[in-house]
Amino acid sequence: MTRSVRYLISGVLVGAPLLVGMLLLGIVGAGLTPVLVGLPLLALLALTGVPVGALERWRLQLVHPARVPTPHRTPDEPGPAAWARLRFTEPATWRELGYALLLAVVLWPLDVVVLTVALGIPGAMIGTPAQLAIVGGEETRGVKLWLIHTYGQAFLCAAGGLALILVLRWPLVRYAHARAALTRLLLAPRQAEGQLAEVTKSRARLVAAFEAERRRIERDLHDGAQQRLVALSMRLGLARLDAPPELAARLTEAHAEADQVLVELRELIHGIHPQVLADYGLGDAIADAADRSAVPVEVDVELPRFAEPVESAAYFAVREALANVGRHSGAGRAWIQGRYEEGRLRIEVRDDGCGGADPGSGSGLTGLADRLAVLDGTLTVESPPGGPTVLTMEIPC
Amino acid sequence: MLRVVLAEDSVLLREGLVGLLNRFGHEVVAAVGDADTLRDAVSAHAPDLVVTDVRMPPGFQDEGLRAALTLRTADPRLPVLVLSQYVQRAYAAELLDTGDGTGVGYLLKDRVGQVEQFAEAVRRVAEGGTVVDPEVVRQLLRRRRDPLEALTPREREVLGLVAEGRSNGAIARELVVSEAAVGKHIGNILGKLDLPPAQDTHRRVLAVLAYLRG
Repeated sequence: MTRSVRYLISGVLVGAPLLVGMLLLGIVGAGLTPVLVGLPLLALLALTGVPVGALERWRLQLVHPARVPTPHRTPDEPGPAAWARLRFTEPATWRELGYALLLAVVLWPLDVVVLTVALGIPGAMIGTPAQLAIVGGEETRGVKLWLIHTYGQAFLCAAGGLALILVLRWPLVRYAHARAALTRLLLAPRQAEGQLAEVTKSRARLVAAFEAERRRIERDLHDGAQQRLVALSMRLGLARLDAPPELAARLTEAHAEADQVLVELRELIHGIHPQVLADYGLGDAIADAADRSAVPVEVDVELPRFAEPVESAAYFAVREALANVGRHSGAGRAWIQGRYEEGRLRIEVRDDGCGGADPGSGSGLTGLADRLAVLDGTLTVESPPGGPTVLTMEIPC
Repeated sequence: MLRVVLAEDSVLLREGLVGLLNRFGHEVVAAVGDADTLRDAVSAHAPDLVVTDVRMPPGFQDEGLRAALTLRTADPRLPVLVLSQYVQRAYAAELLDTGDGTGVGYLLKDRVGQVEQFAEAVRRVAEGGTVVDPEVVRQLLRRRRDPLEALTPREREVLGLVAEGRSNGAIARELVVSEAAVGKHIGNILGKLDLPPAQDTHRRVLAVLAYLRG
């Protein structure tokens, strides 16, 4: 019962100031609308549901210990503008506004009534003997209704108050729970909202697992096959030094073969996951990818370090883009520009080729867009026939 | 004979390298498996040369290279030869930036198979030379433009060999020209890279650095 009482009392403490605040915002906002200052105030009024919703979800823990998750999504980029844009487009925001209105106009007065009936009146009855003592034993009004003359009557009244509290306790708790259930119904995430968040998370987990597997394969090849091959090549080299001439010639052939395998293995390992990406980050890794490109590339990249998934996605996207330039564009030159500004990583790959790249045709571009999408990133391709092709990727991070 | 401290986490390779260095008459005074022990071994033995792998425990990233850079910063005259699994300009450039870029080497691990070349690189680095892996040089030659665009193909070839740490005499033998011709090429290169006359050996390193920085 104490939890229910605390829930209802704190509800009044939220509801009453809320009513005042919303009225003020509404009146001032509407009044100032002709001079345009009012419009932001009205927008603010529309968003009052958001903090109220958060507070009310938190307050639910007074009745039920389980936390209620937020129905809101996290904005793609930092900054108040992006936040407001997302909030205004989410249904949860409008449900919260509805709830805030309901709380301000109906729910908290109702809470007051219930608290008064179930606690206030019995409380006053219990207090009658004290009341009688204060006025000096003459006569007083119990609960402003009955005239009380003697202490006998007063104590009878107090006993009645106690009994009433016990009787009303049950409806009070029921009311508090119903009130909490209504709040939960309006403010908890709808199933679709929850599911979408779950799908996004599981997609990110899949990509992370794929990335981890990639690293594991790279490490295994590096620590296993590559080291053994180097050791083999070294032994062959030493054996050749001490071998008689006719054997030395054959050893030289074997040695050349082993070295060729080493070169191929090194390239393979680099393709799976370049160490420079982990050690020096995206900027150097892009410069390295440019070094290896068949088409000459000019690199203009100034980037800080990012989280591993961001660096990986961006790096492989750049490499795919460079591979496309080399394979399809017929370009003679390419340019890469990379910057990090206002919470967005933006990389542009441009070439002077013939254009006509189509991201919808199931090419590597689709896979590239998918990888970026996991991080809420975007890929735009401008490639008119005749060229040039400009590929822009943006990742909020 | 050189006293060498060797750091390589793969036991197989470590033992192979010890054998190889012994074969060429050097003494491996300590062979260790991680970067921390490497630092301890160097301060304990004061070797003539440090040979280290890039990727080492505990993180298996570039601990070996980091250790080499720390050692070089503490003692810029300590010759260090770094063995790498990767053709990586960033590693090589960072290494050459320590000290005055002399007495350092950056070689692909594959190169230890070419035992004579490897032994030669070990000797050159220990003597204060600069050795950059031919593969790194080749990749840069293919890609880098300005200020190298101004160089003729022959001059690029010569610069590549300089980066590999060869002397004028060795370059002359390789290209089958006279030593005077090599000297003239190098003079042209230094001129085109805008490196004013100073001590000649340093300018050679600066030319290589100009290259690596792109």
